Parts: sequence; structure tokens; C-alpha cells
Amino acid sequence: MDRKLGIMLFAAVMVFSLSCSGCGKKQEDLNTISVWHWMIDRNKALEELAAKYEQQTGIKVKIDLFAPSEAYTQKVVASAQAKVLPDIYGILDKKEIFSAFIKGGFIADLTPDFKANNSEWENWFFPKALDVNRFVEGNVYGVKPGIYGVPLDVTNIQMLYNVKLLKKAGVKAPPQTFSEFLEAIQALKRVGVSGLVSGWGELWMLDCFSSNYAFNIMGEEKIMATYRGEVPYTDPDWIKVLDVFKQLVDKGALLEGVVTKANKYAEQDFALERAAFAFNGSWCVNVYNGMNPSLEYGVMLPPAINSNLPMKIWGGAGSSLVVNNMSPRKDKAIAFLKWLSEKDQQTYLAKETKNLPSNREALAEIPEVLSSFASVMDQATHPTFWALNEDPIVSEVFLKGIQSILIGEKTPEQIAQEVQKVKQEQLSKKKK
Amino acid sequence: MSVVATNPTHLKPRTLIIQDNLKNLSFIMPAVILFSIFYIYPFFEIFRLSLQDWNGISPDRSWVGLANFAELMKDKVWWTSVWHASYITLIALTFQNALAFALALACDRQIRMKKFYQVIFFLPPVLSEVVVGLIWQWILNAGVQGGQQIGILNYWLVQSGLPGLVNNWLSNPETALTCIAVVHCWKGFGWGFIMLLAGLQTIDHQLYEAAKVDGAGAWSTFRHVTLPMMLPVISVVVILTILGSMQVFVLIKAMVSQGLGYHTEVPVTRILLAMQGTNRFGYACSMGVTFGIILVCLSLLSKTFGSKTKQ
Amino acid sequence: MEGSRYKAIGVVKSVIIHSFLMSVALTCLFPLFWMIRCSLMTNQTVFTDKTLIPRDLHFSNYIQAWVDGGFGIYFLNSMVYTVSVVVGIVLVSSLAAYAFSRLKFPGKNFFFGMFLAAMMIPLPGSFVPMYVLMTKLGLANTRIGYILCMISVGLSVSILLLKTFFDKLPHDMEDAARIDGCGRLGIWWHVALPLARPALAVIVIFNSLNVWNEYILAYLLLNDTSLMPLQRGLMVFQGTYSVDYPILMSGLTIAALPIILIYLFMQQHIIKGLTEGATVQ
Repeated sequence: MDRKLGIMLFAAVMVFSLSCSGCGKKQEDLNTISVWHWMIDRNKALEELAAKYEQQTGIKVKIDLFAPSEAYTQKVVASAQAKVLPDIYGILDKKEIFSAFIKGGFIADLTPDFKANNSEWENWFFPKALDVNRFVEGNVYGVKPGIYGVPLDVTNIQMLYNVKLLKKAGVKAPPQTFSEFLEAIQALKRVGVSGLVSGWGELWMLDCFSSNYAFNIMGEEKIMATYRGEVPYTDPDWIKVLDVFKQLVDKGALLEGVVTKANKYAEQDFALERAAFAFNGSWCVNVYNGMNPSLEYGVMLPPAINSNLPMKIWGGAGSSLVVNNMSPRKDKAIAFLKWLSEKDQQTYLAKETKNLPSNREALAEIPEVLSSFASVMDQATHPTFWALNEDPIVSEVFLKGIQSILIGEKTPEQIAQEVQKVKQEQLSKKKK
Repeated sequence: MSVVATNPTHLKPRTLIIQDNLKNLSFIMPAVILFSIFYIYPFFEIFRLSLQDWNGISPDRSWVGLANFAELMKDKVWWTSVWHASYITLIALTFQNALAFALALACDRQIRMKKFYQVIFFLPPVLSEVVVGLIWQWILNAGVQGGQQIGILNYWLVQSGLPGLVNNWLSNPETALTCIAVVHCWKGFGWGFIMLLAGLQTIDHQLYEAAKVDGAGAWSTFRHVTLPMMLPVISVVVILTILGSMQVFVLIKAMVSQGLGYHTEVPVTRILLAMQGTNRFGYACSMGVTFGIILVCLSLLSKTFGSKTKQ
Repeated sequence: MEGSRYKAIGVVKSVIIHSFLMSVALTCLFPLFWMIRCSLMTNQTVFTDKTLIPRDLHFSNYIQAWVDGGFGIYFLNSMVYTVSVVVGIVLVSSLAAYAFSRLKFPGKNFFFGMFLAAMMIPLPGSFVPMYVLMTKLGLANTRIGYILCMISVGLSVSILLLKTFFDKLPHDMEDAARIDGCGRLGIWWHVALPLARPALAVIVIFNSLNVWNEYILAYLLLNDTSLMPLQRGLMVFQGTYSVDYPILMSGLTIAALPIILIYLFMQQHIIKGLTEGATVQ
């Protein structure tokens, strides 16, 4: 009995290990390109385009989707270490990490392709869309200057207003300045409507909003000087930036609970007309349309505080794909990406997914709200465009500090001091 | 596996013992082999990483010795996050386990609709986090629309004439963590319930009969028969509760996102932030190792505590 | 007189017990009810209709969810993974737990301590070395690799739980089997496993739920969509239908159903263990 069971178990182990060795390496297929991406909403459209591409060229494109994006990022990081990245993939991280991928030899330099025939390919795109993937001369990351990725679409993040609710409160035009905005909030309050909603439980949304006001209050030069450590966070201008949030709280401008809201819940609130204003990106057109097709809303810039400097918003490439430098199918992968950014394919993608296309000529056939998003693309900026970025440890303290202001626990001055303290620690660490 | 089973019979006792040991050892071998591959190797790699400064991708990793650990010891936010997890764990240990035990005892009796309850109590662990997040967001919502509370809890408080108690449950640092702990207990008590129920089933009913014959009341039967017999299972439940609650994370993300300053940080959110937000892989690994040591200590503590009460 | 008084006390007692049980049961039932209710509505009515049971029930949501989510293949994959992982864990962990509880061998405490520690030390970032190793072994992007990985994930908790139950079991039946000439493996299979049925049921439920809801490791180890488990479908589904609640809830209900069924099936064994154990004795 004992022996019989033992033999059975032994056999099971053998079968197990045999089946392991059975699934060894497959033959490399030079005519199949594999693409890894994280964009749930674009998967169907990409698969259809891939099928079309195979019909036209005979080259098979395998599209694999890994979502949510955290899981995707893990997969890409692990695959880079195991050196099994696919032919085409995307980097969803800060520019510093992007540069680490390039320096590790995981990403192909596409500059020669973009520049060929008098920069023919480069000229298809909005310049802003390419900036995300561009490393300029003398960049702080020590990467050879050039363009390293192909943008699929562009996006930007702005404020939205509910037409019906503003009318109900007697606000005639969407506010242009911050004081007009606060007046509108009071008017809304009188008719029992909450003001602004946004997904400020997510740190990057806070980063975006505060960065907009930092640009408006002090301009890019001073921000960069702060990052270099030349201007302290205790500077009055930075306190003014933090004070924006305090004013929003003091004037009751925020829907209760924004500080712990994920953006998807904030989107739901705006779609269900629980707040008159929202701070959200151009992808929201698709979202609101799904939740409440009869929602009447318009797009506006965040109301400016300083009339001397322009309001900047975050924008640029919504998603970009890069080519694996180690792939034996590198040229085929580049050819596919080029095809994907042609006008016809871009128009198709924009129509199917209600995103702004990165190809300028494909802009013609998009909904009205989207084109008003597109109209201020010139004012878009993004951390990936800047000469340098703040140390992530410092930004974390800064953004968490804003959350403390939002729950009325600390004052802007306190936060400024705390941030400055961490900043100095990081600076002295770097000097060592 | 049973290679040693085909043996000649003239062996000395000493070899017999070795053979016996080998045979016995072969029982745990499949588990040990799987473990060495999928656990021990990554563990040593992580330990090695915790002594390095690495952003997760670049080819250069610099050796920093124990610097990551030294920094972690001084990291106030980290220790606050450990305290938050401990707070949730304390509530889970008392409230959740007491509830689970009470329910298991009730379902162990001959009562009506026993089957029904048994099925129902296990629903929360089965439900997807998405549904749990959505529902509790809705219950605890603090927003007001057209003068009416959106959240069920606040709405109900207003309706029952207690508008003074209306609260911004998830965005108030005083209540947020407790709310999370309560939802965590609600989601998790089903596990304790079925384990304790399974434990109660293995108690020999003759023991109860004997206690009855001896004239023991319900309380003293519980105190002298049920509880001692259940101690091993209870200690497993306690350990699993500690592990589950200290590592709570998905629920927090579903309920408060990354929000509320540092008031809802727990070790796992810190580790993930270090890994993906600030790209400090080495530091994240040192957090993982430290956290593991804390958990091992806690479990040992609960074990010694368990064996003390047994005596 | 006396009897009726006892009866009255009994009634009061059971009313108290039942109202306690009922109130807990209601909080457990409510989310399920809400999920199913939403899944039968349309996106227009889901936010506005406040009635408890909506008038028009849209069962077609389920068909749409099944077809659009492409659940067929994922469902099949998840079943394969769940069954093989659970069988693997039950065999491997019960062997080990039995040895830890009953047999003597050198290093017993060391090995047991190792499994316990493994359960407690979380390994952030272990996905990197793990994936590198799996690629070297040729196990990346294979079903078997994922299954082995998932077996090791559930192993330590299962060993701990089973050992606790084995410790509690009386020795006399095993002694009887030994006298009958049963070897160690025979006793494990014929005596120990059937006696530990309630604990095995708990382990099956625990690990099924674990595997059924897992997606992080699946993403890491698998590339081909055709190998992916159900949660992958569900994740994509949540992204696609994040704004279409009824369809989303239909999908979530479909995904939760098999686990509820497994539980329904296994929880009988939690109780059965008692009656059968009693009859044997």
C-alpha cells in the first residue's frame, strides 16, 4: 500500500517535471511583432488596426494588454531585468526612469527615423506630443539627445464646468480669475450646490493642480531654481501656491471628501451633477458620456491668480510607445509605429476611443468638447518637458502636505517649512 | 521518493533509524523544494537588494551596507504607518475575532437556519474589492446634493434626528482609520468564522455530555471544555488575523486612495510608494525585511501568550 | 408550570440569538443584494431608481457581460488553475503537515520555523528575482510555471492550519491502522486525511478564493492572453465598463459565482467531518 502510493506520487512528480521541460523556448519568429500595453480603452481599436496591418504587409502584430497600469509597470521592470522585453512597449514612469531604460540599452533611439526625409515623420506630430519622448542637448540625465518614443495621442488636464448648475446660481460666464471663481462658489452655495470636485486622493492630480498655480504665480524659471535648491519653499510665492488650497477650503469651495477621492469617484460626482466644477483630463469626455449622456458642460482653464503670467496646464502625449533596442525585429517594429501614426490610423483611433490624436492632420473629425480641449494645447506643459524635476521624496512631502492643508490640520507656512527641511536634507545628501 | 523502501533486511538499527528519518523527511520534501525555488531564492535576493541603492532598472546598483536600515529607523512616517496597521490589527483581534467566535458558537448549536447563516457569513470575503469599495464609498459618502446627504450613514443620521453626528467619515483623520478597520473586520470575520467552526466540529461531543453529567453550566462548560480544546485553532486564527491585518492595503486604496496626508499610511502603502513612487527599490526591500521581522516577533509574542494562557 | 417556564426562557434565548445572527447576516447580504440589483438595471436607472426591487429586470446584461468580456476562455483557464493549484496544495501541504505533526526527523523545528517565517515576511519586489529565475528555468509564460508559483504561495498557511488540526486528532485510529500493516503513506491517505476533512475544506476554500482572485502574478508570469485567468478579463472589464454599472456588476456577479458555489459545496464538509468521525468511533 505504502509503496503503491509512493510510486504514484513519484510518477506525478515526474510528469510535472517533464511537462516543465516540454515547454522550452519557441522558435523566434521574425515576422511577428509583439506589443505590450496598458490601455484598456484602446485595446480593441489597436487589435483591429493590427489585423489591418497584417492584411496590408503580411507582418503579424500581437497585441497584449496588461492592466491596471501598476501591474503593467511591474511586468516591464521585471522583464527588463530578465531581458525578455517585447518589440514594442511603453514606459509609464518619470523621465528619470525613462532615461534609465535608455541607458540600460532597452530603448531604441528613433531620431534617425524621425529626421529622415527632412524630418517628415517628426512633422506629422504636435511638437508637444513629441516633447515627452525628447531628450534635449545637455539634459541632466546624461542621455544622448534625440527622440525615443512615438506618441499615440495627446491629452491635457483642465477645469470643467456644469452649464446647468452655473445658470441655476446665476453665474453668467465661466470664471476667468481666481476671485471670480470664489464669487461663483458663493453664488453656488446660496442655491445649495457644491463647488469643485477632483480626484485629490491621487497624489499626481494634486501635483498637477499645484503645478498649474506655481507656473501662474512664479513662472517656470523660479520653479526650476527651487528644484535646483536656489529658492526655498518658504518663499512667499510658494506659500501663495499652498494658500490656494487653504482658500479653497476656507471658502467651502470643495465637495466634501475630495481629499480621499480616487479620480473615478470624482468623475462620478461631476457626471451626477453633485458639483459645478471639476478638474480633470481630456479622457473625461468618454467617461462623462458613458455615465450621463445629457450632461451639459464646458471646458475652461483653471482660473488664474496672477494676471502677469500665463496659466499653464499639464498636457502632452497621453501615451507613447517605444521600441526595444535588443529586438531582432527592430526595423519592423519602427515601421509599424510609423504606420500607426499615419493620418488614417490616427483618425480611426481618435474616433474609436474619443482621445485627441497626436497626428495634427487627424484632428478634423473630433467632438466639440474635445476640440476645445485641443485649442489650448499651446499652454500645455509637463514635468517631462522641464530641464529637471523635483526629487520625488521632496514632492511626496509637498503633496502630502497639501492634503494636510485640505483637512485643515496644518497651515501653508508650516508645510512650506517642512518641505524645505526635507529639501535641504536631500540636497546635502546629493553633495556627499 | 521511496527509493530507500526497497531495502535488504540485514541492516543495523542505526541505518534503520537513518532510513526512517529519510523516509519521514521525504514527506516534507515536495514542500521544501517548491519553497526553495519560489521563496528562499527571492528572499536572499531581496535581502541583498536591501543593502543596495537601486532605482529598479538601471544597470548600476551601489552597495550602501546598512544605510537603508539606518534611514528606516529614523523614518517617522514609516513607524507611524506601522502604528496604524497595529491599530487596525488590535481592532481586528478583539472585535472581529470575538464576533467570529460568537457566530461560530451560535452555529455550532442545534439552531434553526444554521445552514443559511453559515452560507451568508462567508459572503463578504468572497465579494470583490471593487464592490466592497463602491458600497462603502456610498455608505460613508459625505457629500450633499440639493440639501440632502448622499451617503447612507449621514442620511440615516439626519433622518433619525442626529444631525450633530453627521461626519465626513473617510476624510476626517479622527474617524478614517477606524472606519477602515471596521470595514476590514466586516470583510474578514468570515475567515475566522469558518476556521473556528471547523475547530468546534472536531471537539468530541462526549466531552460535552460528560460535562453535563458532572452538572456543569453553560459557562463553565465553555470555560473548561470548549476553550481549552479550541486554543490551538484560536492561536492559528490570531496569527492569521495579525498577518492579514498588518498587511491590509487593497481596502485602504479602495476607500481613501492615497489620501489624507499620512493618516492612513500603512507599511504596505509605504513599501509600494518607495518602489513605484520614489523608485527606491533598495529602500523598499529594507522596509520589507524590517516589516517581516516585526511580524515574526508579533506572531512569536502571540504564541507565547497563547501557551501561557493554556497553563 | 415548570416546563412552560423553561420553554419561555428557551424562546427568549433563541429570539436573542436569532436577532443577533440576523443583524450580522443582513450586513453580509446587503452588498450581494445591491450588486445583483444593480446588475439587472440599466445605466439610466441605476443612479435614479430608488425602489428596492426595480420594475424592469434586464437579464440580458449578463449575456452582454459574458460575451463582451470574452469570459469563456478566461473562465476555463481559471478553472484549470484553481483545480490544479488546490489539488497540488492539498497534497503537498497535507504531506508536510502530517510529517510535522506525527513523524520524527532531524531539523523538524527548523523546517517548520522556515515555513512559518515565510508566511510572515512579505517580499516586496520579489517579482524581479522571481521572474528572472522563471525565465531561466523556461517556466515564464507557461501554465505549469504559474501553477507551481501559486502552489508555493498558498503552502505555508495551509501547512500551519493542517498541522494544528492533525495535532488535535486522536492517535488511536492511526495505531489501529499501523497494526493492520498500513505504512506511513497509507495512514496519511486512509486515516489522517479523512479525519481532517473540516480543515481540508477550509484549505480548499481559502486557496480557491486566492487563486480565483489572483492576477498580479499571472500578469507577471504570463504573456499570452490565451493563458490569462479570469481576473485579467475582469480588470479589463472594469476599465472598459467603469462607467456602465449594470454591465460591470453583471461581470462581477458572474466572477463571484463559482467561488460561492465552491464554498456551498465545501462548507458541508466542515460539518460532515463531525458526523462521520462520530460514526467511525
